[in-house]
Amino acid sequence: MEAKILAHNLMVRFGAVEVLKGIDLEVYKNMITGFMGPAGSGKSTLISLVNRMIDFEDGVHIQGSLSIDGEDILSKSVDVVGLRRRVGTVFAVPLPLPRSIFENIAYGPRLKGITRRADLEDIVEESLKKAVLWEEVRDRLQVSALKLSGGQQQRLCLARTLALRPEIILLDEPCSGLDPISTAKIEEALNELKKDYTIILVSNNTKQIARATDFSAFFYMGALVEFGATEKIFTNPSVKQTEDYIQGKFG
Amino acid sequence: MRVNPRLTDTLVRHLLNMQAYFTVGILVIIVFIIFIKGISNCSLSFMLTYPEDMGRHGGVFPAIVGTIFLVALSILFATPLGLGTAIFLTEYTKESLLTTIIRFGVESLAGIPSIIYGLFGFIFFVIKLKMGWSLLAGALTMTIMILPTIIRTSEEAIKAVPKNLRIVSHSLGATKWETTVKVVLPSAAPGILTGIMLSIGRAVGETAAVIFTMGSSLRLPTSLMESGRTMAVHFYILAREGISMEKAYATALVLVMSILAINIFAYYMMNKVTAKYS
Repeated sequence: MEAKILAHNLMVRFGAVEVLKGIDLEVYKNMITGFMGPAGSGKSTLISLVNRMIDFEDGVHIQGSLSIDGEDILSKSVDVVGLRRRVGTVFAVPLPLPRSIFENIAYGPRLKGITRRADLEDIVEESLKKAVLWEEVRDRLQVSALKLSGGQQQRLCLARTLALRPEIILLDEPCSGLDPISTAKIEEALNELKKDYTIILVSNNTKQIARATDFSAFFYMGALVEFGATEKIFTNPSVKQTEDYIQGKFG
Repeated sequence: MRVNPRLTDTLVRHLLNMQAYFTVGILVIIVFIIFIKGISNCSLSFMLTYPEDMGRHGGVFPAIVGTIFLVALSILFATPLGLGTAIFLTEYTKESLLTTIIRFGVESLAGIPSIIYGLFGFIFFVIKLKMGWSLLAGALTMTIMILPTIIRTSEEAIKAVPKNLRIVSHSLGATKWETTVKVVLPSAAPGILTGIMLSIGRAVGETAAVIFTMGSSLRLPTSLMESGRTMAVHFYILAREGISMEKAYATALVLVMSILAINIFAYYMMNKVTAKYS
């Protein structure tokens, strides 16, 4: 297995508050890695380092290293816009842009300079199919994305991310507001997608982590408590804290 | 003792209704009076012919042209400047002493009476920069006068765009400028347009500052450096100097109708834009 993302002694402070306390972690290529842990455990902060969305926060201090394919992505010289095209993000709340379904998905490719209608149509169709949404919207691509249901909107956001043709997909609690059927559809899509992408799935739902991931990382109070194959973590965790969390004794 | 809640609700509803009808009623009455008094003298030829004998006879063609040029030029100057300032204040800088000073300056500009703008324009553009009474001097003065409105309304409209939309755009690999142009401005467009409409209204209706800077020549302005007269100024002079109340009302009717037409056109255009970005 090849490490796609590598964190070494990664520390983050917001002002005086330590949010990440020296994380060492490998995220493997073409695998789904689950990040779980209670609120404030630092899992979302770690995600926001990978796509550098943390740049929009004030008073952040970062130490240690984080690399993708061996390339340091925390250095000042990194092309952040280029990085975000390699690292796609799906947020907790479905956030369609106020425009049509088609234009939502074509947004990223257009920014990359793809303007031929036929090319865009191909990308839109391909992305919607991968996100298991094509059949539901194929006849109404020009309809406003805001008219879709919450579950459809979230799959639209996934399709929009896929249209960037990224290497890594970050999903930050993508199913927190969705019903079980929509959640199942997202998980179905992810399982297909890992052939081509490296996926990180952040979730508060331990059952989802158990179902949908290959590797799991358990975070608590800014520290990585345990990391390993999901099967092992959920059947025979090495740390008592992990076991308690999985069994729902705290959270 | 508590007043009967249902009675209060009914009372308040009727009261608010009355207030709304009252406001619209005043507008209707004004338009009605102008219409009744102006319609007999207002015709297509009135709009397309030159005035004779100081405006006692003939039409208002040069005043219509003067109004269009003055308004178009000042909107053309003020919109990029004002919108740019608003974008800078909201998207490209953090709250600081500088933004406080800029905002304070904008607020102060908004509170200055128009005659002061007229005097400033007269001294600075007409005399100091040797523009003379001209369309350009008038348009520049109007630009300064309407800037605060455009800046404030644009700023409010841009601020109202949800932060999440910006975050999504960045996450899809957009730069700050791309995000501003493709996501923020389309969402803020209705608010920005409202500011522009208010500004058009202000420029169309202004008299004092225009007389001081653009003059009140009745000839058709053919270059930026020539003097001219707007419909509002024409109306003012016709009425103030007792030249012809009939022609004054006819001018007012043309003025009101053109403002109405601009509004309808602008909202039609806005609907086309918002339909695409909704």
